[in-house]
Amino acid sequence: MINPEVPRKFARLVDQAHQAAAEFFRPNSRKYDRAEHTYPKELDVLAALLDGLSASGGGAGASGVRRERVTGAGNHNGANMRLVLGTIEMCWGDVGLLLSMPRQGLGNAAIASVANDEQLARYQGKWAAMAITEPDTGSDSAAIRTTAVRDGDEYVLNGEKIFVTAGERADCVVVWATLDRSKGRAAIKSFVVDRDTPGFELVRLERKLGIRASDTAHFRLDNVRVPAANLLGSPDIDTGFAAAMQTFDNTRPLVAAMSLGVARAALDETRRLLTESGTPVDYDRPAHTQPAAAAVFLQLEADWEAARLLTLSAAWLADNREPNSLQASMCKAKAGRTASDITLRCVELAGPLGYGENSLLEKWARDSKILDIFEGTQQIQQLIVARRLLGKTSTELR
Amino acid sequence: MTERGGKRDAMGRALALLNRLARLSALDRLRLREPVRRGVYGATKAGFTAAGAGGRAFTAARRLARPERLPSASSPDLFDLTPTDEQRMIRETVAEFAAERLRPAAADADTACATPADLRSTVAELGVASLGVPEELGGLGTERSAVTNVLVAEAMAHGDMGLAVACLAPSAVSTALVLWGDVTQQATYLPAFVGSDVPVAALAVMEPQVLFDPFSLRAKAYRTTGGFMLDGVKSMVPGATSAELFVIAAELDGRGPALFIVESGTSGIRVEPEPAMGLRAAGMGRVHLDRVCLPLNALMGEGQSDVYAECVRLSRIAWCALAVGTAQAVLDYVIPYVNGRVAFGEPVSHRQGVAFKVADIGIELEGMRLLTYRAAARAERGKTFAREAGLARRLCAEQGMRIGNDGVQLLGGHGFVKEHPVERWYRDLRVIGLAEGAVLV
Repeated sequence: MINPEVPRKFARLVDQAHQAAAEFFRPNSRKYDRAEHTYPKELDVLAALLDGLSASGGGAGASGVRRERVTGAGNHNGANMRLVLGTIEMCWGDVGLLLSMPRQGLGNAAIASVANDEQLARYQGKWAAMAITEPDTGSDSAAIRTTAVRDGDEYVLNGEKIFVTAGERADCVVVWATLDRSKGRAAIKSFVVDRDTPGFELVRLERKLGIRASDTAHFRLDNVRVPAANLLGSPDIDTGFAAAMQTFDNTRPLVAAMSLGVARAALDETRRLLTESGTPVDYDRPAHTQPAAAAVFLQLEADWEAARLLTLSAAWLADNREPNSLQASMCKAKAGRTASDITLRCVELAGPLGYGENSLLEKWARDSKILDIFEGTQQIQQLIVARRLLGKTSTELR
Repeated sequence: MTERGGKRDAMGRALALLNRLARLSALDRLRLREPVRRGVYGATKAGFTAAGAGGRAFTAARRLARPERLPSASSPDLFDLTPTDEQRMIRETVAEFAAERLRPAAADADTACATPADLRSTVAELGVASLGVPEELGGLGTERSAVTNVLVAEAMAHGDMGLAVACLAPSAVSTALVLWGDVTQQATYLPAFVGSDVPVAALAVMEPQVLFDPFSLRAKAYRTTGGFMLDGVKSMVPGATSAELFVIAAELDGRGPALFIVESGTSGIRVEPEPAMGLRAAGMGRVHLDRVCLPLNALMGEGQSDVYAECVRLSRIAWCALAVGTAQAVLDYVIPYVNGRVAFGEPVSHRQGVAFKVADIGIELEGMRLLTYRAAARAERGKTFAREAGLARRLCAEQGMRIGNDGVQLLGGHGFVKEHPVERWYRDLRVIGLAEGAVLV
C-alpha cells in the first residue's frame, strides 16, 4: 500500500544519530575545517559508541551495506533504509567528519558488498578506504592502469592512486587494478591492501575546497605484494566487474544521503535566519505572493524532498532485494545537484551572515560540492539513467 | 463479503468496476453505429449564455441520521511504494480508457474547446465518481482513497490533461460533498453522482486576478436573513457552460474563504466561455455571480477555515497527479522519437546533449511522482499534509513545465507543429503553477 513515510521503528535511530551529529560533529565542524589533515580524535569515542549501536542493530554509519537475507514475503524496511536515515542525520552534523569515521569507509562498503564470508570475517573491525581514481583516469574506471600480476600465492600491484578518502587513516585500502590491460573492464579486480604493506607509499594528502576534516590521499604502488586471498570476488577474467560496479548501487544512495544531510543543515539554518528576520515561509500561500526569499526557499525545499524520496525509494528497493541501479543513479544525480544548489543559494539568501566564517553556511556550500562528484559524477549518473531509459548500451551512448 | 455483512471487500469493489467496464464495451460497440457526436458543446462556445445551464432538480432523497464520511485509510507502518491489487486494477482500467478514448480524442477536443459528450457519459459509466462515495450513499468507497484518486488522475492525464480535468471535475464536487457536506447536502446532491447520468459539476476556486491567492478571494458571500448572497467572478471553471452544479469559493463576511453549493440555474449566475493556452478540452469558462441568493444550507463545512485549506491542498495534489501523468506522456513520447530520429549519421539519442535531457526528465518525473504520492498518502491517513502538498505543488509546477518545454525542444521543429502532441502538453503543463480548485483527490 503506497505510503512513502519513514516508519516509526526508525525514530529512535534517527534521534540518536541526530544527537550524535549535534553533540560530536557540529562543535568540531569549524575546528577541523581549519585544521586540515589533523586527525579528529574526538571521533574515536563516537566510533566506539557507533560500533556498539550497530552491534545492537542500530547502526548509523556508512558501512555494512551487505544485503540482508530477507525473511518471509511482503514489504521490508531494513538495513539500507536504516543506513540512509542515519547518514542523513550524521551529515546534517558534518559530512567531512562522517567520512572520517573510523571503520565507516567506502572500502568497508565494497567489502560488505562483494567479499566472501572468510574475507568478511578477516576484515571485521578494520577501517577500509577505496582507491579507484588514477591521475589519468576519473569516471572511466574501466581504463585504469594499475596492474596486478599473479605470482604464486600473491598478486604484485604497480601503479598510482589518487583521491583516496581516509587513505592515510584507514587500516587497509581496497585497490582497483587490472589483470590484463588488453582485456578492458573484464580484467579489473579489487584487492585489499593493508596500509603497512611494503611498497605501498603515501605520496601526499590533498588540500581541498571542502570536507577538509576528511583526508584525501595519493598513493604510489611499487611492487606491492598482497596474498591472493585478498582479491575480492572471483579471480577469473570476464566475471566480476559488473559485481564490483554493483557496489555503487549500495553506496550511491549513501552519498545521496550525505547530500541530503548537508543540504538539510543549510535549509534549517536559513529557515531560522529568515524567520528571525520576519520572513516566514508559508506552505499554503502561492510562492509568488510571498517574499522572494520565501519563494526561493520553497523551491529549494521541494527539490530536497524529491531527492530524499528518491533516495529512500532506492534504499527500499535494496531492502526488498529488488534491482535498484536506476534508482541509485537517479537519487545520486538529484541529491548531488540539489545539495550544491541548496547550499549555495542559502549562502546567497543569508548574505554576509552566510558568506562569513562565523556561520557554517559557507562551509556547507564548500563541503557539498564533492558529493556531486565522487561515487560517480552528476554526468555519469545522467549517462546511466539515459542508457536505461533509452535502452542504449555503453558503446552506443558514450 | 460475508465478513462485513454484505459490504463489498476489495475484490468486490474491483469486480463492480470491471462489471461497469464490461457494460462500457457494449456501449462502445453500439456507439460505433452512431454518427460521430463530436463537438456537441461547440454550440455553446461563442458568446454569453443567458444563464447557467440549469438542469435536473436536486432534492433530498433518503436522509441519513448523520453525514456519511469515509474513514481514514490504515496500513502497516512501513515505507512502501506498492499499490494495492485493487489500485493496480483500477489504474490499469483507467490507463486503458485513457489510451483508447482520451488520447485519440484529445487533438479535436483541444481545437473545439469542448469535451465530447460521449466521453462524459463513458466516465460516468466507469464509476470514477463512485469510488470516493461511501457505500451507504450508493458509491463504491469504504475508506479515504486520496492515493487511488491520484493514480486515477495520473493515468487519465497520460491520455490527455484537458479531457482528464473534464472527466474528473464532477468527482471533485462529489468528493467535496463526502468530505464536508452535511446530511442534507449529501442527501440532496450525492445520489446523482453515483448513477450513470452524473451531472456536469465543478469546484470553482480561481478568480481572474494577477498573483491570484486562493486564501484571499475577491468573491464575497454576505449573510442575509434567509441565507447568503454571492457576488464575484470565478475563472477557469471546467465545463462551466454545461455545469448543473458548482461548489464555489467565496470570502464569507470577512471571516475568511468558505465553500458554497450553488445550482447553476440559480438566478444571477452568468457563464461565459474562457478558452486558454491549454486545458482547452476541459471547456473552461468564467462564472459571474451577481447578487446570487443562496439558502442557509448552501454553506459547506460550516465555513470553517481548515475545511477550505484542506480543499485547496487536496486540489493541488490532484493537479500534481495530472502533471505527473502528462509528464510521463512526454517521456514516453520523446524516447522512441529521439531513438528514431537520425542526424549526423546516428540517432540523436546518442548525443549527451539529448540523452541527458531525457535522463533529467526521468529523474525529475520520479521525484514529482513520489512527492505527490506522499502528500496523498498522508492526507488519506488523516496526517498533516500542508507542507507535503505545498512542496509537491512547487516541484510539479517547476519541473512539470520544464519537462513540457524539453519535450518540444527534443522534437525540434516537429515539436512545434500539431502533428505531434508535445506542443499540447507544453501548453497544458503551464497550468500546474497557477491552477487552484477544479480537481480534488
